[in-house]
Amino acid sequence: MGDIIVAVLLVVGSSLMFVAALGILRMPDLFTRMQATTKAATLGVGLLLAAAAVEFGNLAVTTRVIAAAVFIAMTAPVAAHLLGRAAYFLGVPLWEGSVRDELRGRYNERAHALASLEEELGEERLAPGRATRRGIVSDDFSERPKPGDSAGAPEGTS
Amino acid sequence: MTGLLAGNPAEIFAVALLCAGVAMAGYRLVRGPSLPDRVVALDLLTIQGLGLLTVYAIAAGRSAYLDVGIVLTLVTFLATTAFAYYIEKGSHPEERRDG
Repeated sequence: MGDIIVAVLLVVGSSLMFVAALGILRMPDLFTRMQATTKAATLGVGLLLAAAAVEFGNLAVTTRVIAAAVFIAMTAPVAAHLLGRAAYFLGVPLWEGSVRDELRGRYNERAHALASLEEELGEERLAPGRATRRGIVSDDFSERPKPGDSAGAPEGTS
Repeated sequence: MTGLLAGNPAEIFAVALLCAGVAMAGYRLVRGPSLPDRVVALDLLTIQGLGLLTVYAIAAGRSAYLDVGIVLTLVTFLATTAFAYYIEKGSHPEERRDG
């Protein structure tokens, strides 16, 4: 019985890891790749660790497995958030099929803060022209969809 | 149970899929159009390595490999955080306009 549970956990966990790798290979831009890898790989590695816990079946291994799984589940979203934020500031282009870019024009590029936060701090508000991200990086950026372009699109498409 | 090929089919299946995943992540690490792409690929590569270590710990019957996996996870998190920190520091618009 234990062998069957271990086998099922191994197959499902490694399949999820494979899905994560497939995501990083085939997804069109950085942000979709990140959402594919972070979640699928976290769940997959958690299932593989659970397989190890069932296989060894003693307290020391189970404790280490739980510690490792909790650590991964806590750090993977933090790392993905930091990296996605850094990539957005770097100007990594979104996929041309992206429907919406909520942060476009709302970030102060120098302070790395949201425009609403800047108002609270009493500093001058971002001028609309200043707030575009054009000119920071390559020309790919000018093709980033404006929020107004998607205004006519139905809400359910995203 | 000594070698992986002497293991049961589930272990061989898991190792095969994880190796394929390592290959895909390695492709993205080499090809990735931007630096954050490569960092994400490196992150996934080490998580796949952790999965391989776990499967090997099960196949070999040695739980010490799980400790290696825990250390690998710690180092990966610090590496990704450091990469994100320096990528964000290097993305000031003034510097990029000058360049």
